[in-house]
Amino acid sequence: MKNILEIKNLSKHFDGVRAVDDLSLEIEEGKITGIIGPNGSGKTTLVNVLSGMIPQDKGFFIINGEKIVKIKPRNIAFYGITRTFQDIRLFNQMTVLDNMLVVLTKRPPVGALLEKHNQLYLNKAKDILEKVGLWEKKSELAINLSYGQRKLLEIGRMLATSMVTGEPDIFLLDEPFAGLFPHMAKIVESIIKELKEQGKTMILIEHNMGLIRELCDYIFVMDEGKLLAEGEPENVLAKKEVIEAYLGE
Amino acid sequence: MDCLLYSFFSVPKESLRNKMEYLIHLAILFAIYAILGISLNLVVGYTGLLSVTQSAFYGIGAYATAILLTQSGINFFFSVILGIIITAIVSFLMGIVLSKFNGDYYALGSFGFNIIIFSIFLNWQDLTRGPLGIPGISRPILFGLDFSQNTIFLFLALIILAIIYFISRFIVNSSFGRVLKAIREDEKAIQVFGYNTFNYKMMIFVIGAAMAGIAGALFASYITFVDPSTFTLNESIFILAIIILGGLANLKGSILGALFLILLPEILRFVGFPTEIAAQMRQVVYGVILILLMLYRPQGLVGEYKL
Repeated sequence: MKNILEIKNLSKHFDGVRAVDDLSLEIEEGKITGIIGPNGSGKTTLVNVLSGMIPQDKGFFIINGEKIVKIKPRNIAFYGITRTFQDIRLFNQMTVLDNMLVVLTKRPPVGALLEKHNQLYLNKAKDILEKVGLWEKKSELAINLSYGQRKLLEIGRMLATSMVTGEPDIFLLDEPFAGLFPHMAKIVESIIKELKEQGKTMILIEHNMGLIRELCDYIFVMDEGKLLAEGEPENVLAKKEVIEAYLGE
Repeated sequence: MDCLLYSFFSVPKESLRNKMEYLIHLAILFAIYAILGISLNLVVGYTGLLSVTQSAFYGIGAYATAILLTQSGINFFFSVILGIIITAIVSFLMGIVLSKFNGDYYALGSFGFNIIIFSIFLNWQDLTRGPLGIPGISRPILFGLDFSQNTIFLFLALIILAIIYFISRFIVNSSFGRVLKAIREDEKAIQVFGYNTFNYKMMIFVIGAAMAGIAGALFASYITFVDPSTFTLNESIFILAIIILGGLANLKGSILGALFLILLPEILRFVGFPTEIAAQMRQVVYGVILILLMLYRPQGLVGEYKL
């Protein structure tokens, strides 16, 4: 298996706080890679830098063999990357269906102005909303959904990205299970497994070690912006320094 | 309103004609402000860009039409088209600068541009005649129809309002309009899905400005005179009040807001305040009604979105 993504000497500091500190890691294609670590260890900062939401201070990426130093949010879809957010970022004053259709639209403004959503887009949105159990809520404003439903809609929106920009290869999942009822967590779990069967690469940030053990092929442990350990989940989670990082001395 | 209707129906013929002229005048003003409201709602209500510079574009459209009609001899419709193009170019340049700002800073930046454009109207005397203004702007004549009669001009204003409304409705109901709303909701999040939001914001800003330019051309031709005092920052705030009151992200709200804010001061004329304090009292009542509406209906009369 080849590396689909390589992160090289990445650093991001906030007013002297080293959120990510000279971090290098490699993500294998078609695998689910977990990134774990205590709160404040830099996991979300890493995903935000990787998706162009915040610029890095140092370092670069190699995505599908292409070296990328400056990454902008609007370009990541064209590099085959899509993501969810830890703090859910839906288009709140838009309906559930519009949250889906908006990512199924032609990207250039004139194209979007003259475009009529065809049945293909509507069918795609319907399929995904049915999969995440939100089709019946299609006319609700996103802000009126429960927390779990909002999380599912965000995952649905991520799945819909592929229609216009090309199939994403890398899915960044920032705590997709947090705050979900068990039946909702099952839906997310089955989507992740389905994506893996399709050969997609996923980077999963998660605090639930049961899920990490069950889903991940490989994990990286971060602490204070640095890499603390890496390897297969069973081996890494048994390491003394990892347990200490999570539970304290 | 009862007072208005009573006084309207209980007057001799001559006076009735005057009152009809007065109502037509109000209706023309309403159409012009409804166009301005719609044009700004595309930018503020749908895209979330808090622009306070619409009267600058209104003024550019008005001055361009006034100067072209009085100095170059070309007809009204070519003047309007050239006015739209000039407004679009200026707004494009402004938009590039404003794209560097977000939120409150965007509002302040647009505020600054309004002051700059007002100063140009006031001080570029060779072109605008400064505070003296430009008189003698002709009314249009098209296919034998002479728009110098207010009744016919009203039809022109209403037809242009209808065209602007349907174009705007097409825009906001399109996929483009859906992206504008997503930009308003979370610009960074929509960028992650491959959108260059700069292009969208520029396009709607220029479209909104061009529409305001059309309103300016109508105004210049209707009043037959322009001077800088019409295009102050207060006017931009008045247009903003129209859309906040009528309802953000709702085109009908802009029309309703214009109707309300144009008619309200006129209705208050008939409340019967003592003459020595009537003007001040009207302003007070006007202000109180606006505050009450904002307190109890912050999304505006028919709005879908709160600032």
